[in-house]
Amino acid sequence: MVSIEAIGLTKNYGSFAALSDLNIRMEGSKCVGFLGPNGAGKTTTLKVFADLISPTSGRALINGIDVHRNKRAALASCGTLVETPEIYPALTPRGALMMIAELRGIPKSERAGRITESLAEVKMEEWADKRVGKFSKGMKQRINVASAILSDPEIVILDEPTTGLDPRGMSEVRDIVKSLKKKGKLVFMSSHLLSEVTEICDEVAMIDHGKLLVYDTLANILSRFSSSGNVVDVTLARATDADKLKARISSLEGVASVESVDPLNFRVGIRGGVEAQERLLTDLVSLKIGVISYKDASLALEDAYLNLIKDTK
Amino acid sequence: MAQKTKVNAGSIPSSGSQLVTVAKYEFRNYFGSRRFYVLLAIALLVSALLTYVVASRRPASFLSSSLDFYANWWGDIASLMVILSGIFFGGDAISSEFQNRTGYFLVPNPIRRSSIYVGKWISAFIAAVIILAITLAITMANAFYYFGPSIPSEFIQSIAFSLIYLASVMGFCFLFSSLFKSSSYSILVSAILFLFVFSLIETLVASVVQTEPWFVPTYGASIITNVMKVPFPAHAVSQTFRGITITTYSATIIEGLEILLSYCAITAALGLYLFERKDFT
Repeated sequence: MVSIEAIGLTKNYGSFAALSDLNIRMEGSKCVGFLGPNGAGKTTTLKVFADLISPTSGRALINGIDVHRNKRAALASCGTLVETPEIYPALTPRGALMMIAELRGIPKSERAGRITESLAEVKMEEWADKRVGKFSKGMKQRINVASAILSDPEIVILDEPTTGLDPRGMSEVRDIVKSLKKKGKLVFMSSHLLSEVTEICDEVAMIDHGKLLVYDTLANILSRFSSSGNVVDVTLARATDADKLKARISSLEGVASVESVDPLNFRVGIRGGVEAQERLLTDLVSLKIGVISYKDASLALEDAYLNLIKDTK
Repeated sequence: MAQKTKVNAGSIPSSGSQLVTVAKYEFRNYFGSRRFYVLLAIALLVSALLTYVVASRRPASFLSSSLDFYANWWGDIASLMVILSGIFFGGDAISSEFQNRTGYFLVPNPIRRSSIYVGKWISAFIAAVIILAITLAITMANAFYYFGPSIPSEFIQSIAFSLIYLASVMGFCFLFSSLFKSSSYSILVSAILFLFVFSLIETLVASVVQTEPWFVPTYGASIITNVMKVPFPAHAVSQTFRGITITTYSATIIEGLEILLSYCAITAALGLYLFERKDFT
């Protein structure tokens, strides 16, 4: 089974401990979100796994192989995107990806096809033969995403992959990550966007001051650390008496709170996880109040995050 | 698309193949970059100026014999072009990976850092050799015009020594490039050392301290010109002027080769050691 494991991972810069005895093991097909405030050690951890920095002590294992003892074997089945890499300006996206394909040992007969497929996945086919030098940050980031998935790796490590992308690009990258999960990959992804993590991650690891605070399934973290529980935004097709409506919704099973945002929009707090959320939707529809939109307000993870990470001093 | 072949540890190319891949794409990058053409323009300009001066002034020092022609022309131009090529292609070869963040694209792949280092070294060396070859072709074309197509064996040796000096300069440039994360620092340090400091140390050590400057790479590189001098300069020549004795040293060919090859090996190894341990922070 594919796995990523940190054993006693420590990285010191002088007296500053960027990582302090980090121990975590994730395995199987899933997406693990890596959260923490600025300077918590997220990028440092991912850089250690990508051989961009060496740990002061401890081990970083990919599929049980130490990245710093046998990098070639460890990273053979792992695609990475850490920070926002730059590509040699004189190369084209096709040229840059061809270099990666050659380095990763993709068979010659498959290289052109895989490159075209990867470029299509990040919507960069039109730019395939233009020099990278004049590309915007977002365009380069798309090429970087294409590079990370080019060899169809079992494990993908992504450090804030939607950085620099426009809303469409962000959505497309999220779709790519979701499709990686469907293909049975293990995705380890850092992000500051809690809504993004809520949308695509199955498990969440939180880190602060170089130490792992918690690693669990998203549902468990929400139930353990979120005082507000799940929150959904409900939009109606027509305005109704707000007070009457609040009373009717409040009486439904699992509803913790109802807040009227405006005559057409309500925010409903739910006790329980995904099942309670599903039941509430059925109940709301059965009320025949004209529900036209029902979506997660993504506040629960934020609440859990704020409860776990009190400050960044 | 057709079935994808699973890429795993067993399908990763050998480190040697990866090294060639890095060299190939780095070389493409040089060819697509402005600096290659700037250095080419400098080489052509210097060669054109020499061609004009020799044709219009007909200096006796150049035109007395074929060997004198090569000694004066190639002897003057070779060291300068070697140093400039080293600085242009090697000065920021490694530091740019940190400063420009291109290392974040290349390093997190299943490839040893040593393959990246050596691949980049080879491509920088080849790019520099191309510039030297163009300079050499113009030198020989002029020599053929004045003396016909006879090539003195000393000139062939001088070319070989130039290539060894290039390897030594490239080693230094890669070392400084591994030492600094800023491209400008690494280029500046390499340029100042080779264009000014080493020559200054060589002169001061020889004339003031009265010691042979065997530890200075430019001293070793003097064999590029001296091999074409007849007779080969004496190893140490002392002259007394108003009671003060000044000794001038010339490296023997063996000594020059030892200096250049030692520096090439030491700087290359040290640069690689630094690059292997440097963090992308």
